[in-house]
Parts: sequence; C-alpha cells; structure tokens
Amino acid sequence: MATATDKRTIEVALSTTGLSADGKPQRIPLGAEGLISPNPAMEPELEGEHMLINIGPQHPATHGVLRLVLELDGETVVRCIPHVGYLHCGFEKIGEYRQYNQIIPWTDREDYLNSMGNNVAYALGAERLFGIEITERCKVLRVIAMELSRIISHLVWLGTTCIDIGAFTPFLWSFQERENVYNLLERWTGARLTTSGTRVGGMIADVPAGWTDQLRHFIDTFPKTLDECERMLNKNAIWVGRTVGLGVMTPEEALNYGLSGPMLRASGVAYDVRKDFPYLDYETYDFDVPVGTNGDVYDRFLVRQEELRQSVRILDQALKRLPEGPVNIDDPRVILPPKHKATSEMESMIHHFKLVMEGPRPPIGEVYVPIESPKGEKGYYFVSDGTAKPVRWRIRPPSFVNLSAIPKMVEGHLLSDVIAINASIDIVMGEIDR
Amino acid sequence: MGLTPRPDPATAVSWNPATQEGWITTRLDFLVNWGRSNSLWPMPFGTACCAIEFMASAASHFDLARFGMERMSFSPRQADVLICAGRVPFKLAPVIRRIYQQMGQPKWVISMGACASTGGMFDSYAVVQGIDTIIPVDVYVPGCPPRPEGLIYGIMMLQKKVMEERMSNTALRDEMMPDPTSQLYIPPSRIDELSEPFGNSVHQNRSAP
Amino acid sequence: MSKDTLGYAEPAFQIVMPGQPGDVPATPKHVPHRGGTMNPSVEALRAQFGAVIGRAEVMWGDTTVYVERTKVAEVCAWLQHEPSQSYEYLVDVTAVEHRDAMRPIEVVWHIRSIKFRRFLRIKAEIAKDGKTPLAVPSVWGIWKGADWLERECYDMFGIRFEGHPDLRRILMWEQYKEGFPLRKDFPMRGRFSRSEQLKQALAANPEARYSMEELSIADAFEDLPSDMRHRLTGGEKTGE
Repeated sequence: MATATDKRTIEVALSTTGLSADGKPQRIPLGAEGLISPNPAMEPELEGEHMLINIGPQHPATHGVLRLVLELDGETVVRCIPHVGYLHCGFEKIGEYRQYNQIIPWTDREDYLNSMGNNVAYALGAERLFGIEITERCKVLRVIAMELSRIISHLVWLGTTCIDIGAFTPFLWSFQERENVYNLLERWTGARLTTSGTRVGGMIADVPAGWTDQLRHFIDTFPKTLDECERMLNKNAIWVGRTVGLGVMTPEEALNYGLSGPMLRASGVAYDVRKDFPYLDYETYDFDVPVGTNGDVYDRFLVRQEELRQSVRILDQALKRLPEGPVNIDDPRVILPPKHKATSEMESMIHHFKLVMEGPRPPIGEVYVPIESPKGEKGYYFVSDGTAKPVRWRIRPPSFVNLSAIPKMVEGHLLSDVIAINASIDIVMGEIDR
Repeated sequence: MGLTPRPDPATAVSWNPATQEGWITTRLDFLVNWGRSNSLWPMPFGTACCAIEFMASAASHFDLARFGMERMSFSPRQADVLICAGRVPFKLAPVIRRIYQQMGQPKWVISMGACASTGGMFDSYAVVQGIDTIIPVDVYVPGCPPRPEGLIYGIMMLQKKVMEERMSNTALRDEMMPDPTSQLYIPPSRIDELSEPFGNSVHQNRSAP
Repeated sequence: MSKDTLGYAEPAFQIVMPGQPGDVPATPKHVPHRGGTMNPSVEALRAQFGAVIGRAEVMWGDTTVYVERTKVAEVCAWLQHEPSQSYEYLVDVTAVEHRDAMRPIEVVWHIRSIKFRRFLRIKAEIAKDGKTPLAVPSVWGIWKGADWLERECYDMFGIRFEGHPDLRRILMWEQYKEGFPLRKDFPMRGRFSRSEQLKQALAANPEARYSMEELSIADAFEDLPSDMRHRLTGGEKTGE
C-alpha cells in the first residue's frame, strides 16, 4: 500500500522578513546586513542592570494562567523562567476515585479546546485496557469528532495568535466558525464545549437526524474562511516580519525536548501519531501531513493552517464512508443497555444497575494509547488492578512538554517576540497543569 | 419572587421617611447607575473552559459589546467588574485576591461557572471551593461552562443590581479587611473547632471520597 | 545565506521521516491481553546489560521491561545512542503507586524510537521498605524533555531524580506543606482543613519572583564571557 505514506509531506518552504519586488516572501536571517544591525559600537557603560519582569499569571497574552519571569537587557530577553501550576486541580488524583466512565467529564476540562478529542483518546485507551473492539460506525464517528475538535482547537489558536500579534479581526472570524462547530457538537452531545461525548465501548449517543447534512454544509463553507485568513495573513509583510526567524528549534533539539505536534513538524520531523501509530483506521484515510523546514513561528503557523485544510479533507471522507449500524458495542458488562430494555427485561436491569453503581471493571493491566491531539502527542496511561476505579490515571500532556522548551526558544529575542513564540506553541493551561 | 409584586426600584417612591431622598439625588442616582451599568468594563480573570465561553460571548455571535463590555481591561486598575471565569486553585488564590484589591471602587465581581462559584467538580486538594471564600461576589453564574446566554443573563442581573444602588448607602463601597486585632475576628483554627459538631464543609477531607 | 538570494530560500533543515522504508503502520486490532510480539529492544538490552534487566512482559501490545533502579540512566543512554535502537524521543516520565501497600512504587519511562517506530516502557521498582531511597537517576542529560516531567513526578510523589539540575516543585507552590499529592496515603481533599489550606495559600506571596534560580541568574550574567554578553545584548539569537 504505497499511497498514504507517499503523499506524506507538504514542504512549506516559505519564510521571510518581507516581500520581494514580485510579492514573494523572502527569508533573510535577522542580523544580516541592511536589516537589524547589531550595534558593535555599543558602549559598555550603557549596558546597565538587567530587569526582571513578570508576565502573568493573569495576562491577556499568556493563553491562560502562565507566569513568565523574564530577565531583560533592554528589550532583549536574556533568560526566561516559566512558572506553571496555577491551574493545577488534581485531575490525576480525582481520577483514582472515579469509575472509568465517570472520568470522562474530567477529560473534557483538561484540554478544553479539544474536548471531543480528549474524550476519544480516553475511550481508546480504556477500550484497549478492557480489551474490546468498537463498531465501525463508532470508529468513523470518532474520526469525525476528533477532526472537528482539531478544527476548533486550531481556530482558537489562530484567533488568539492573531490578537497577540496585533490583528484583531481573524479572532472574530474564527470564533464565528467555531459557533458552527459548537452547534454541531451541541446537537450531538448536548454541550458546546465540555462534551463528554464518548463512553467506554461507544459514544454518548448516535448523531441525530439531519446532523450529517449540517456537517456537510460546514465542510463546504469552512474553507472560505480559511481562504480569507490566508489572504489576510500569509503574505502580509507585518505578519511575516513578526514571525519569521523566531523561536527556531532544530529537529534534533525538538526531538530531544520531547516536542510533538505542529511544533515538531514545523522543525522538520514528520512524526504524526495518526500516520505512525495509527488508530481508528486513520491509515485508510487519504490526507497529508504538513511539515515545515525552518522551525520558526511562521512555519508553525503555516503547518497549523494546512492542518485545518487537511482536517476538512478527512471530514469529507469520513462523512462519505459513515456506515449504518449500532454505535455502541453489544457487551452488557461495559455499556449500558438501551433504555427500553433496561426498564422491561430483568437481566438488562441488573446489568444497568451494576454498571451504574459499580462501574465496568477491566482486567488487571496497564495501557498507553497515544493520539494526535492538535497540541501534540496526547495519551492516557491507565493502570488497572481489576477494580472499577483505576490505580493510576496519567495524562501525557503535550503542551506541558512543549512549553518546557520555551526558555530555549526565547533566549536572545525581543520582548514582543516572546509573546509571538508563546502563541506559536499553542498551549492550553488546563492540560499543562491538570 | 414574593407574593406581592416588588416595585421597580428605579422609579418607585421611597417608603421609609427616614431615607426620603430628594428629587435631585434620585435623578442623580439614576444617572450615575445608568452610566455605570451600561459601561461595565470587565476584567476577564479567565483561567479555564469558562474563559473560552467568555471569549465566545465577546465574539461576534453573542457580542458583549452591546452591553458596553467590549473593552476588556486586563489591567485591574481600569476595570469595573472582575469576571472570574474558571477554576481557581490554591496557587492562584493570592493572585486573584491581589487583583481584586488592585481594582478601584466601584467594583463588582461575577463568578462565572460552577468552579468559580463553589469549586465545581474539583473537590480536591488543590482547588478553592468557591472564590467567595477569597473575594466578595455579586453575581454567581452557574453552568459548566455556562452558555453565553447564561453569562449574559448574569451580566444583566448585575446591571439590575447596579441600578439598585443608592449614593446614600455609604456601606456599599466600603472595603473591609479582616482585622486580626479586632474582637470580632475569629481565626480559622477556632472556626474549625466550632464547626466540628455540625460537620461543616471545612472538614470535607474527612468524608468519603 | 547570501544577500543576493531573492525569492524562496533554501530550507534550513532536512525533513526527518519516521520509520523505515517499507513500513506500513496499521491500527492494531484484537490486541491480546498478554503475549504478543515483544519489542526486539528487550533482547538487545539483555545482550548488552545482562542482569540489570529484569523481567519483561507484553501487555495489550506494549512491551514493559523492568530495570534496576540505579542503572536506568545508563540503560536509557545506551538506548538513545545505539544506532540499532535509536530511542530519540522521551514520551513520559511518571510513577505508579499501587493500592496494595506491599507492592513497590514503580517509576515509569515511556520512550519511543521515531526511526524504527517502536515504543518501550521501562520501569524501575522502589521498594517501600524504608531502606531503599526514594530516588532514581535523572535522564535529563539524555533527553531534555525530562526536565519538567521529572519535576512533576517529584512534586506529586516525592521521588528524587538524581542529576536533575533544578528539582523543585512545579505544580504546587514551593512551600507546599501538605505532602506529595499523588501518594496513596494522601487523601483526595488534602490533609489540612479547607480554611487552613486557604490560609496557607493566601500567605504565599504572588509577587515572589526571586526563587534561588532567578536570583543566581541575575548575578551570573556578569560572569558570562564578554563576547557572549555582547551577542545577547545585540539581539542576535543564541541558539547552539
């Protein structure tokens, strides 16, 4: 099967600090002659003291409650020390006191921009732990859920990055598109943001009638907004000038720091969990994975933008192949029986009672199933001792590991670049601090 | 909602002769309150998921600008209402208190979401069980997260509350700090002792997980 | 980078493709509970290290190998540098304490080989007998990504990672007195009462920006070589 892995990468080899005469972006390293020239004649006595300034934890541009302590020499960052933990709520501890289905609302709140994706990731891990296989319809619905939540997560990233760098309007565009996805998710799961859409063995419910038409309408109209954003930003001299050459991570550094997701791919490592350790039959979908070659903020921006388009492509294919059939598996030890049976048949009622009171119990074991969340490699590590509550529920947080590289990325840059680099990491504090 | 319909405070005649206000002060009250309630500048103390719903409220579909709130002031010095959107862990508690203290009077607080109001689903070692244990709250908006319509309802409720304020009520803008030297002050350890026989929520960590 | 290159520039990095040519990754189906193909790295480890490597098992498709506590850093370094293993990517560092008080605490490393598309779980057991120190060697020197992951493991479990440059609490505040939250003897709602927790939290100074590390940096700037100081002040990037 040669097709899927061949069309693997799209090289996004654009980069520049400005536009050339024919409107093409140019990439010239900072500090080259004619641009920002470091002043070699700078008098030593003007160096002065360094300033320690504090960004956060309450700050509009930190994407949550992140605190960055910067040591500045003038405007140049000499050292950056991030402090996290301002949103630590004890998810993993709470998880040890909840049944496997009861933990699902916590997975929503953890990476709240990608809640459906987290629910699916959790369900995949739990189902591997239980040793059950889900139905075909459920698989396709979960792919749809994951790509929809990838779209909304990247749209928040797009909107907030634009605000951070100074362009306010794309924020309104992206949030308007998010409302369309919210309507879809609300029709399906009942909630806009904190969906709790999966259960161990299936989903909360099947999609309602007319939902697929609404999704089709979304797939058809969404790329126009992407085109608008692209027209506004990609070759915009201000945007390009503010993002090119910042926060460069080489591929070796990126791998060593444990970066994942668009951060890693923008640095040239074409690792995508959907392609390399597939789940939910992703190998049967036809999509590309954008990979950057310069590892800077502009490349990350391009990679995420292209991922949005590829998500639409996957959604299109998933919608076309959505099979009929049951959404939940038929195993009464794990999934609740349908309501009409639970209220009429004795056996179903007993199953219902046991599942609600005690919860499904997996065999003894441990499992780690990673997925590709919009932030990177996300996975839940479960350790089970045979009881209804896990012994250990560990969340592998992509943003946490991505953020730990920020001191490396901002050294030597200016203060406003710190904001741009921070925006390009696409962090969500709920996941970092859990 | 009582059995008798309440008179609309903005236009009702005052009952109590002791607080009988003149015509000018009534009109001035109305003017000031109208100005304040229709231009509440929010300070979004957004931490988690509720912050995303807050951003969605501010975006074009639900549009907080119609309430005069599109100017988000991230500096507390320039803000009127602190909207605490999201869960507040103990590590963040001194920060929110410091920010509340930095805001200038008149100031109000909206506690948005279940986590800010009561700790929500995070009944754990790390989360403050309600920001009203740290700062005074005017309006609680329940939900997890509340829909933007819910937040807007809470904002409108705050606007009604602002309209009901009176200049003659000097206690409104008083900010009191707990004074350990005062005779009325009860230290937390004493509160714990007193509440022991009643199973107060301060001893939550003794109950079943 | 010559000045007269207009238009599209050369890409700075070569693209690294994961896996080997001819790999066809597929969604695992009907994964057995136990048994299944073991990761070939285990055999290579046994050949290289011998008795340091304990038992290995395949659970739901993942291979877990137990390594002696004090030798984990060497094992990991070999796994990273050895061209036939090439585990360039550290996924996670965490710990598991079981409900049974007799069982040891296990420190878990999840590592991944991008080149060979393999996943390995390394575990080190620390017996809770009062004699074994609750410490393991740090793998920060091998993978920089272990920096915060190990700090979090220390914060939540109290496990010390020897060789870590800056092992302090990361999720709780540094003067947190209640203990290590993810231990099984730590109650879910904490050890102190709510009002006491609030009192301790409010006593922390939110403006405290001068942790020991930060104080030492400001002084250390003077000791940097002067050309490095000039470079930093000139705005040029310092990437290695």
